[in-house]
Amino acid sequence: MAESVVTNEAHNGEPGGPEGEATRRDFIHIAASAAAVGAGVMVAWPLINSMNPAADTLALATIDFDVTKVMEGQQVVITWQGKPVFVRHRTAAEVQRAIADNTASLKDPATDQDRTKVGHEPFLVVVGSCTHLGCIPTFGTGDYGGWFCPCHGSHYDASGRIRKGPAPTNLVVPPYEFTTATSVRIG
Amino acid sequence: MSGHESTYVPKTGIEKWLDTRLPIVRFGADYMSLPTPKNLNYWYTFGAILTVCLMIQIITGIFLAMHYVPTTAGAFASVERIMRDVNGGWLLRYVHSNGASMFFIAVYVHMLRGLYYGSYKAPREMIWILGCVIFFLMIATAFLGYVLPWGQMSYWGAEVITNLVGAIPLIGEPVLIWLRGGPAIDNATLNRFFSLHYLLPFVIFGVVVLHLWALHTSGQNNPVGILIPKDRAKKDMIPFHPYYTVKDGFALLLFMIMFAVFVFFMPNALGHADNYIPANPLQTPAAIVPEWYLLPFYAILRAIPDKFGGVVAMFAAIGVLFVLPWLDTSKVRSMRYRPTMRIFYIFFVINGLILGWCGAKLPDAPVIGNFTTFTLIDGDLNSFLWLTRFATLYYFAFFVVLLPFVGLKEIPLRIPLSISEPVLSGPDAMSGAVPAQAEKKG
Repeated sequence: MAESVVTNEAHNGEPGGPEGEATRRDFIHIAASAAAVGAGVMVAWPLINSMNPAADTLALATIDFDVTKVMEGQQVVITWQGKPVFVRHRTAAEVQRAIADNTASLKDPATDQDRTKVGHEPFLVVVGSCTHLGCIPTFGTGDYGGWFCPCHGSHYDASGRIRKGPAPTNLVVPPYEFTTATSVRIG
Repeated sequence: MSGHESTYVPKTGIEKWLDTRLPIVRFGADYMSLPTPKNLNYWYTFGAILTVCLMIQIITGIFLAMHYVPTTAGAFASVERIMRDVNGGWLLRYVHSNGASMFFIAVYVHMLRGLYYGSYKAPREMIWILGCVIFFLMIATAFLGYVLPWGQMSYWGAEVITNLVGAIPLIGEPVLIWLRGGPAIDNATLNRFFSLHYLLPFVIFGVVVLHLWALHTSGQNNPVGILIPKDRAKKDMIPFHPYYTVKDGFALLLFMIMFAVFVFFMPNALGHADNYIPANPLQTPAAIVPEWYLLPFYAILRAIPDKFGGVVAMFAAIGVLFVLPWLDTSKVRSMRYRPTMRIFYIFFVINGLILGWCGAKLPDAPVIGNFTTFTLIDGDLNSFLWLTRFATLYYFAFFVVLLPFVGLKEIPLRIPLSISEPVLSGPDAMSGAVPAQAEKKG
């Protein structure tokens, strides 16, 4: 041990490195520390990444649904990626009101046309979890002809847009498309 | 770990042999003989009570884990199996679930005691900060544990709390999915919550060791709040063992009686009936409320109309505790000698209870009677929404306005020269000064 102390002292007083100036030894320290940090990140990453959604979870990403099952004025709740999805067959009056409200004062502006598919306007497909803290809103009890979240009092209109309450954004329209005239693929 | 000189003398041959190789007996003896102020009252027994609470939670938890199944399909049934079929399983589970509540009762008393007697002030800042770390870990552990039975409140509590992360701008959504291990709360979430719920108590244990290390380094505070001068140490200090082991032991006994009353006579009084309904991702319970000990923070979350703002306020409510030692400007530690701050302190305690009450109520519900007054911005003035906001305001004002400014303006009562002075009767007992009037407040 005594020997290594001597060696260290010898290097600390390295020629060409007066007090306060960077020495080759400082460079080695910094390089070694940086390498150690890099190695630490490389070790940590697989651990952190293991907590991301697994392949089998991701495999459940799409579902098909036959919209003819939903009568006019009715709403069917299906599960997509573990989340409830509302497939709502809106009445003509609801569609009319939703379009009329395009010009209302909106917290998260979006037109009803943005939120539905051309030619399938009666069908509204939204993720049925409140954008505030994730409760499931109930249809028909809100002030705006749409949903109301009982947890913290958010009101959504017939297009699933946030109109009143703490929720920051509209009910999310999941990525979906009509694969046939009567069938949608969500995801 | 002991901040005082060792008085341990190894007696037997084995002790002498061990003392030069692994001085563990010396460590224990020094640890237990810590010189402690002789005037500690019963509010000071909660440290020992908390240690026992942690041990109870860890031990019952280990045995519960032997029977618990951490899958969405099996969790609820396995908890019911523990209750019905496992030998003494009902006792283990009720001790564990009520134990969490007892743990929080004790920690709140412990923290309020520290606040009252100024135990966070120099040189004890690290004890306080480590205590705040423990408190935060306790909240996390309790939340994770509450999810495990996979009842309705478990599921929806997890949904709401993990959604808080989603409120963070930009990174919220990916972090939320990472945290849950999928797009929604599911098997992956339950599994990792179980893993972390098992891990965190041991982390708490580690921080408790640091908490005690800091305590033994900077020394125990006392109700008078003065540092005990070296020359009075012999007169004013007594060894922790046997004096305080006995006192703590007696307090622990009383505490355990209360604990037992809950476990044996009203084991579900502090829980929520909805958690005996299996989790259903397609149906939200009528009202989602956290366990009682988190209600004040839940109330603060809801007081802010903005989602991210609410999350920030809730975390700030805990975060402000970490900087408390630097917010209080008063040189006087104990509020016994701070007549103004003491009143604000009493309001602070009441305010905390009001926040808890608010957290249990629907924001739109009226506070008094069943009438409405007038609408102020976004809610009726006679609603829990506004009561919560006023209480939230006082909570923060206490820390960032009252403690800094009252400390500068307040004229404290005369502080005794030693901790013996208020006890020894007569005005001439010590220095001819009037005995501290605050003594009647225990």
